[in-house]
Amino acid sequence: MRIAVIGAGPGGLAAAATAAENGADVLLVDENPRAGGQIWRHGPMAPPPKLAMEWIRRIQAQRIETHFGVTVLGRDSNGLVAYSEQEGHVCLQCDKIILATGARELFLPFPGWTLPNVFGAGGAQALLKAGMPVEGKRIVVAGSGPLLLAVAATFAKKGAHVVGILEQAGIHSLLQFAPELIRHPAKLIQGVGFGTRLFPTRPRFGTWVCRAMGNDIVREVIATDGKREWPLPCDILACGFGLVPNVELAQALGCDVEKGKVSVDEHQATSQSGVYCVGESTGIGGEDVALLEGEIAALAALDIPNVTSKIHERWRWESFVSNLGRAFALRKEVLQLAEDTTTVCRCEDVSFGVLKNQPDQRSAKLYTRCGMGPCQGRVCGPACHELFGWELNKPRWPLSPVTLDALLDSQ
Amino acid sequence: MATMNKIRLKIDGKDVEVLEGTTLAAAIYQAGGTTFHHSVSGQPRGPLCGMGICFDCRVTLNGTPHVRSCMNLCREGMEVTTR
Repeated sequence: MRIAVIGAGPGGLAAAATAAENGADVLLVDENPRAGGQIWRHGPMAPPPKLAMEWIRRIQAQRIETHFGVTVLGRDSNGLVAYSEQEGHVCLQCDKIILATGARELFLPFPGWTLPNVFGAGGAQALLKAGMPVEGKRIVVAGSGPLLLAVAATFAKKGAHVVGILEQAGIHSLLQFAPELIRHPAKLIQGVGFGTRLFPTRPRFGTWVCRAMGNDIVREVIATDGKREWPLPCDILACGFGLVPNVELAQALGCDVEKGKVSVDEHQATSQSGVYCVGESTGIGGEDVALLEGEIAALAALDIPNVTSKIHERWRWESFVSNLGRAFALRKEVLQLAEDTTTVCRCEDVSFGVLKNQPDQRSAKLYTRCGMGPCQGRVCGPACHELFGWELNKPRWPLSPVTLDALLDSQ
Repeated sequence: MATMNKIRLKIDGKDVEVLEGTTLAAAIYQAGGTTFHHSVSGQPRGPLCGMGICFDCRVTLNGTPHVRSCMNLCREGMEVTTR
């Protein structure tokens, strides 16, 4: 049995290791240059966390064929068709597929968000770990979600000055989440750890960035709590509004997607026979859930029974995950920051003013080119969904920009 | 684990030395760059997502345009051009 695991974050690593340890012939593919995904991202400036190392060692102990820097574009009769920016076309033959494509950040447009040095929250952290120098730089961390504290802590540790942590969710909304932290004390300890590293910069709740300013780089942001506004001079703005599951590959393989998440049964099987999906692409749940799901999917793909205890453990996280989403629900003000001249589609430079009169995503695409650039709507699509309520277009083959040479090679 | 070997490459004609395992994007920041390319209407742009989604980190690598600098590691002798 040859199983292709797409994505080498926690879910994919767990799936690949478990499948290989149980006798499968495993192919592990990731777009990034190394294993770990987003949450376990590491590099010369940041060693991988201990848990990540454990799983990476389990992978290394097996004979697993790994392909890093390889993007899957879709499927043809020979298997999955993939592409490497440095090596061209790659064909991945397999009997079954486990998708662990993770999530990306939700970006909401506001004036100045296209300036250099305005990053996503996770984006800024990823660049830091890859070697971006931040010592002595002033950073504002804004947006929403538990990621903000982690990002601020990482920057503080590397010598950056955290001049503001602005969480759009109000304190009342967040306090509703407290019981979950008591039920999952490891998460509480993690939060307190970030807090002690950040002292004296404390997060401000119910506040957000309404504008970023500068000519060719961000110099200052305007913060607000909805009543008053104040300036925060900075060198970096790290701003993300939560996570969006990466469902494009699953959709391209014909898997059902509902409410932006890949639909799976209790064994992580999708609506397509032989295709499983684990981790964030099935709904935002974090690393613990992704690891469990990876193990469940690998055992299910190999028809190995006795996964019941893992499925029960997976259910234990259900309320943590749904309450997390509620606690960090977006307030309407952050959906109203774009002005008529604010760019929404960064690839094609389509402004809010042009888009607001369009009835849907398809028409926006046809008349304005919104979503037709290199990112193929991965940034503006979820933003337009939040701003205008538009349903997302189904992705088309090839899923990511590819050279004609590589496409011809694949024929 | 990344070893601590040095890699030499050229960014916009300038010699740059980075640690092995550094991405092209990080090397560009280390060399003092912040604008990686210009948008279709000429606005300066740099990376947004840091994880291969947004394509705003794209540069020309050894003559090949539109390569995502955040998704590729530095290798000895590479020539990178930002615009």
